Amino acid sequence: MGEADLSLAPLSDPFVPELYRTVRVTRELRDTVTLELAPLSGKRPAFEPGQFNMLYAFGVGESAISISGDPAEEGTFVHTVRNVGAVSKALSALEAGAAAGLRGPFGTSWPVEGAEGSDVVIVAGGLGLAPLRPAIYHILANRDRYGRVSILYGCRNPGDILYRHELEQWRQRLDVDLTVTVDHADASWHGNAGVVPSLIKRTAFDPHDTVAMVCGPEIMMRYSMNALRGAGVSEKRIYLSMERNMKCAIGLCGHCQFGPEFVCKDGPVVPYSKVARIFALREI
Amino acid sequence: MQDTMTAGSKAVLSSDALQALIVALARQGYTVLGPRVRDGAIVYDEIASSGDLPAGFRDRQDAGRYGLEPREDGAFFGYAAGPQSWKRFLHPPAQTLWSAQKTPDGFTISREEVSVPKLAFLGVRACDLDAIAIQDRVFCEGPYRDEAYATRRANVFIVAVNCSQAGGTCFCVSMQSGPKADTGFDLSLTELLDGTQHRFLAEVGSEAGAALLAELPHEPTTGAHLAAADAIIDNTAKQMGRHLDTDGLKELLQASLSHPRWEEVARRCLSCGNCTMVCPTCFCTTVEDHTSLDGFSATHVKKWDSCFTLDFSYVHGGAVRTSGAARYRQWMTHKLASWIDQFGTPGCVGCGRCITWCPTGIDITEEAAAIRASQCVKEESDGGA
Amino acid sequence: MEGLDRILKEHAFFAAFSPEHIQLLAGCARNHRFTAGQYLFREGDPADEFFLIRQGKVALEIVAPGKEPIVFETLTDGEVAGASWLVAPYRWMFDARATTLTRAIGLDAKCLRGKCDTDHNLGYEMMKSVLSILVKRLDHTRLQIIDVYGRG
Repeated sequence: MGEADLSLAPLSDPFVPELYRTVRVTRELRDTVTLELAPLSGKRPAFEPGQFNMLYAFGVGESAISISGDPAEEGTFVHTVRNVGAVSKALSALEAGAAAGLRGPFGTSWPVEGAEGSDVVIVAGGLGLAPLRPAIYHILANRDRYGRVSILYGCRNPGDILYRHELEQWRQRLDVDLTVTVDHADASWHGNAGVVPSLIKRTAFDPHDTVAMVCGPEIMMRYSMNALRGAGVSEKRIYLSMERNMKCAIGLCGHCQFGPEFVCKDGPVVPYSKVARIFALREI
Repeated sequence: MQDTMTAGSKAVLSSDALQALIVALARQGYTVLGPRVRDGAIVYDEIASSGDLPAGFRDRQDAGRYGLEPREDGAFFGYAAGPQSWKRFLHPPAQTLWSAQKTPDGFTISREEVSVPKLAFLGVRACDLDAIAIQDRVFCEGPYRDEAYATRRANVFIVAVNCSQAGGTCFCVSMQSGPKADTGFDLSLTELLDGTQHRFLAEVGSEAGAALLAELPHEPTTGAHLAAADAIIDNTAKQMGRHLDTDGLKELLQASLSHPRWEEVARRCLSCGNCTMVCPTCFCTTVEDHTSLDGFSATHVKKWDSCFTLDFSYVHGGAVRTSGAARYRQWMTHKLASWIDQFGTPGCVGCGRCITWCPTGIDITEEAAAIRASQCVKEESDGGA
Repeated sequence: MEGLDRILKEHAFFAAFSPEHIQLLAGCARNHRFTAGQYLFREGDPADEFFLIRQGKVALEIVAPGKEPIVFETLTDGEVAGASWLVAPYRWMFDARATTLTRAIGLDAKCLRGKCDTDHNLGYEMMKSVLSILVKRLDHTRLQIIDVYGRG
């Protein structure tokens, strides 16, 4: 057959993981750890905020985990893993020195460059702060390129606050409006109680010149989208990060389809306008 | 006789030349795969001679039904698509991707070397050629290529056969994929049977095909041969067992995601996944880690998967598509609608396998028509208010 | 009364109200100042005042016997506390505790209801504003009940 494009040589096989070593493990929450993984050989590939890797635990399997480290730092990949299944259980049990497989980075990224010159509203729920953290690092490191920057973070209760130490640091900055809210708390909590979408109307931004980045449980994202739209932000400038079953991460296994989108390659970060038609549809 | 063959060149072969063709392919190092009768169905398997072909058989197909019957004329290719497609050879049901070995300080990973036999497919129908082209787009034309597929694909020699008889569930005409093979083959054959003579009209599709045809005993074509071949294809096109109206179908289905028909079809659907297994374009796979008993090695195996399984859409906490309705909707809207968004063509070629091999006889053409019909009623009532 | 007039006008709740209606309402208004820890009202108290927060933070709490109070919502500048003053039997269903120094306007409920009864245009504006807040709160309450951050 005369199809010449079938003979291109691959740079590396995208199905085969590279070997990494766990250099640091930080316990974040009861069921959540942050892993720092360094390549056994060669340089850690560059990544963009919002992208993910496929992490492999020996003998158990692979799982798609978003990158939560600083894109400007070299050397390691940082991943926050919550123990919710066989693979994530094995990954969250890795100790310093342990080996892991890693393929990536894959997927689309947060529009940190497209948002330059605009106000930025970052809306995170629960573990959804992890995929947003690289974007926050980037924006704060290049703070003068953006208008007002707001970070709205919600979780279940004060004990579930992720990256607490960093949130406290960001809060101290005078050029970021950070609000943490919890669904409920006891009276010792002096912070805000209430759901994340309720923070949107309290936040100062120019709805006609704002880029919103949203990540969290899907219901929380739906309510947040609605609040952002209600505040006048265009669906094209609201970005969200999707989660679906992924096996290959390269658009070949079919698992992550969301309507016409392959979440692995057309996502995980998509403008809301692209998925709005089916976003609230059941079992899609 | 002028023997410089190029793409589009035609010649006439005697039925004996089929044997010469198989021998010539084998001599070139090809393992020849073609139709054979096994377990009451026509399947694709290795063939050593033209005697292995299912001469004298025809099939009877309808929703949920398949059977072979004898035919009088001794045609080699007088039947439509069987349960298998060529997918299993290009995109095998199970493939080891890589394996991992424990070492004192971690593990190592070794990539599985792909052994690529030279395969010759004999008797590829137009619908299946289109299906192969569709899988080429899926596996080779995205941002990431499936190298193992691409390598296997590059080593295949294709002898297409134009259908001289449509099956009861065929609708390639609706999908514009057949019954005549237009591109994507090295050589194509149209079986000409006129009671006294049994011949093939051969058409060259590639240089390799031209070279092979030149080796075979052949005669020049006459106007009568060409007219006979055209008549056969016209006749097949008129025999289609099914019809699918594709006009605006993508938009129609994408606007009907909450249609009650999905619930109705789900009452009959067993979620068995047969349709996805027999479909020549369905490409979904899962991966499994197989660990040795001593725990020191693991193999990472890619296997065919089906969007009809509950596990397919599992995210932590549960499956996204728990109902049969959602799973059927995903499959059908993928085939006929979102595939177009993803790859520029539908993911259906009209081979009819999903209809024939559905244990409860669910018919994709009937389901599409039902949604269209109710949509028309709705528009009429909207307009008449 | 001139001062209260202006303060009412500046509050987000009254953004869509006409100057005439604001004038009318000012007659029911008074200023409040709550120090941190002070309660605006307690569950079971008569809901005889409609509180509009100008500045500060108010935690809404529910207490179960033998347990720590659960804070389910925090209110801040430009928001309003509850709607029990609007519907019989006019009793609060939760506690409202200032967690920082809080300045608020209180509208006397009886006075307010009287004005709404007399002037249905005012009553309608009032209902629209309160209802939009209540619908949002209901949405948020649903979101809390679902416990979206749970392990599924």
